[in-house]
Amino acid sequence: MMLTDLTIAEAREGLRAKDFSAVELTMAHLHAIEALNPRLNAYITVSHAKAVDQARAADAALAAGEARALTGIPLAIKDLFCTAGVRTTAGSKILGPFVPPYESTVTANLLRDGAVFLGKTNLDEFAMGSSNMTSAYGPVENPWKRRQDANAVLVPGGSSGGSAAAVAARLAMGATGTDTGGSIRQPASFCGLVGVKPTYGRCSRWGVVAFASSLDHPGPFSRTVRDGAILLGSMAGHDPKDSTSAPVAVPDFEAACARGVKGLRIGVPREYRSDGMPAEIDALWEQGVDWLRAAGAEIVDVSLPHTKYGLATYYIVAPAEASSNLSRYDGVRFGARETGEDLSDMYSRTRAEGFGAEVRRRVLIGTYVLSAGYYDAYYLRAQKIRALILKDFTDVFRGVDALLTPTAPSAAFAQGEKMDDPVQMYLNDLFTVPADLAGVPAASVPAGLDANGLPLGLQVIGKPFDEETVFAVSAALEQAAGFTALPAIRAGG
Amino acid sequence: MSLDPATIRRIASLARIRVEEHELEPLCHELNGILGWIEQLNEVDVTGVAPLTGATNMAPPGGAGHQTMAMRADVVTDGGYADKVLANAPERIGDFFAVPKVVE
Repeated sequence: MMLTDLTIAEAREGLRAKDFSAVELTMAHLHAIEALNPRLNAYITVSHAKAVDQARAADAALAAGEARALTGIPLAIKDLFCTAGVRTTAGSKILGPFVPPYESTVTANLLRDGAVFLGKTNLDEFAMGSSNMTSAYGPVENPWKRRQDANAVLVPGGSSGGSAAAVAARLAMGATGTDTGGSIRQPASFCGLVGVKPTYGRCSRWGVVAFASSLDHPGPFSRTVRDGAILLGSMAGHDPKDSTSAPVAVPDFEAACARGVKGLRIGVPREYRSDGMPAEIDALWEQGVDWLRAAGAEIVDVSLPHTKYGLATYYIVAPAEASSNLSRYDGVRFGARETGEDLSDMYSRTRAEGFGAEVRRRVLIGTYVLSAGYYDAYYLRAQKIRALILKDFTDVFRGVDALLTPTAPSAAFAQGEKMDDPVQMYLNDLFTVPADLAGVPAASVPAGLDANGLPLGLQVIGKPFDEETVFAVSAALEQAAGFTALPAIRAGG
Repeated sequence: MSLDPATIRRIASLARIRVEEHELEPLCHELNGILGWIEQLNEVDVTGVAPLTGATNMAPPGGAGHQTMAMRADVVTDGGYADKVLANAPERIGDFFAVPKVVE
């Protein structure tokens, strides 16, 4: 077996048993990146020298018997997390020259636990997109291929498309992502990975380039549920630098994976059965229900009546927050600057040149819905509907422990598809957006393949701060699904 | 509610994003497409519903009720490194960010 095929849990044991060194493990990944990244474009920046240094330090720690949770484990970091001394672009031209002098809390937590950072992964610009097609650094190729149409270049999903492609193609053992409307779970589903969006407040947002602050959730990508638990355990924790970070203890997520689902009540929300959903996704969902029932869970039919309004609500709240957050990119303190006739002209030219089409679209929508005369009709109404969506979850969780739904309404699509109409692209997040609006934890687990051999995920949604049950249910699904399919493009493949 | 080119010009100016004349029509079309789709929210009865304004209303740890956002002691905890702060400035003069001349 190649080192790049190991899970994080396996690599951790191998490192401790001295079967291989952290430098060997990191080099195996750097070689894989060298071979495949020119094609996949999963990484925007590869920090080769820094990674080798970190791996050497990991070997020293291992030799001294000071191994921590992630000592020597090579990871990829979404290029939305500020990394001290390593360029952080957010997928945007406007941050092209930006080298943060500080480290985000989540990446600092991973470094504290001994992780090695291979580099910064590609994403939709400012995390706005569901295909990675809006990145100023080019699209990412999904390492999975259609059986019938192997030449088609598929998208990895988005916005964390580079992280998902990197982990799927074995260019990293795990990765960080952020999920604002589905940006971890949808690419996880498209690339056959586990993706976890924890409860809002579980992972600090400090040092993560802000898109929509009340919706941004950092979380992990991994190839197994247990690896996701290991990563989240390291990433999570209270941070006084983020006023919305929750002052609660981080439970042992890894232990929760072994709990099983016997006696759990699992809700199946009828509103997620959307018209026009492919039959095979519906069938996979039914299959997931059967797996959990067979594992001892009780299945309950439930209703989340405001589900269908989630996306439209999101497309008011998120652009409104984005228009405010992105006002900081004015060419004065950091980032790119265009010259102008005066200060105001400099701002306008810098922002016109620096932002891509989707970001501009959302900043304009956000500015409009917050502007005098429209605030009540759009923004305030959306906030009220968001309250109703949260109430749906609060009500339903009085009777069930977790919910099971599909993750995305389709498998990965090809580059160029769904590009003509922004709303068609937005519909990708139909099933993932409600958990962001309500802040509840959710995970996507690879559960099967479509007729074309592409991965499909199932989504588990849990109660606030009950990621443990999400991990327990996800692990049960993983075990029942026995998902062993591999992407066509991968290290050593 | 539908946007016309004059409104686009106004919001682009509020957002400080330069939009060229020839971009106004296509932008109008795109943004009206999105706003038209958003109109579905008018079906929802929101009478008496309090708006969810942000994170503190969501996900209270340990059960029902609303979390309150913690207050922090009003003390300086960081700073004193102007060079680090200015390291990414497109233009600086001494310990200041420099911008084009504002007053003639």
